[in-house]
Amino acid sequence: MPFKRFVEIGRVALVNYGNDYGKLVVIVDVIDQNRALVDAPDMVRSQMNFKRLSLTDLKIDIKRVPKKKELLAAMEAADVKKKWENSSWGRKLIVQKRRASLNDFDRFKIMLAKIKKAGLVRQELAKLKKTAS
Amino acid sequence: MVAFRIHQYQVVGRALPTESDNHPKIYRMKLWATNEVRAKSKFWYFLRKLKKVKKSNGQMLAINEIFEKNPTKIDNYGIWLRYQSRTGYHNMYKEYRDTTLNGAVEQMYNEMASRHRVRFPCIQIIKTATIPAKLCKRESTKQFHNSKIKFRWCSRRLGHHLGS
Repeated sequence: MPFKRFVEIGRVALVNYGNDYGKLVVIVDVIDQNRALVDAPDMVRSQMNFKRLSLTDLKIDIKRVPKKKELLAAMEAADVKKKWENSSWGRKLIVQKRRASLNDFDRFKIMLAKIKKAGLVRQELAKLKKTAS
Repeated sequence: MVAFRIHQYQVVGRALPTESDNHPKIYRMKLWATNEVRAKSKFWYFLRKLKKVKKSNGQMLAINEIFEKNPTKIDNYGIWLRYQSRTGYHNMYKEYRDTTLNGAVEQMYNEMASRHRVRFPCIQIIKTATIPAKLCKRESTKQFHNSKIKFRWCSRRLGHHLGS
């Protein structure tokens, strides 16, 4: 499988360490071999170490160091938010966040739902076993 | 990392006025130091070497911190320095890519310490300048002068919420 997730201008990355943990940012320029200039719609443009970033598959089409307006427009055009939330990685993160924010009642409801689902699965399995034997 | 933050200061001072010289010349210097106290001290150190004035017969007129005008813009900084090694004094020219001049100076101090075992007090910055890309001399900065830069980066996802 050839390498796909390059560090390049326009690459969307997820911050995986530090104050901006969990944010999607765009690599706007490369400072040197360890740091990138990084920008997102809701933060001031700043430098970030590559070690703090996890590269994603998404890439938007921008020139080196775009103005904030151009960056926002390009992000809208590429529909980064929607694509991220529909990707499997993005969906997993949303589910994790939801699970972490449950209260006890929600967990109780989940327990009931799991039991119900397991019961249905077992019924179907029993039916299949019967027809197979 | 925040502990050793280097700041740039503009320090202005002159000798105390005497009967023979009522209006001594005012000297201004731009220095890098970790705090204002050290900046003032360094100012007198340099001024003593250049003029016949000491802290005891001089006065500090102003000390202001100089902040980066455009911290979101990447520049190539060239730093000319004079450092003391175990065997003598040498001059050096180094280049760094950074968003702020203070960041580049901090990089320089770290690099001098690691590559040449030269500590902070033994380094004197002669001059700094932002260098346009065409005039950069070092390959390590020139390799990033590529508007379509693209390279691989493999990183292990470290444990979530490290250090938070």
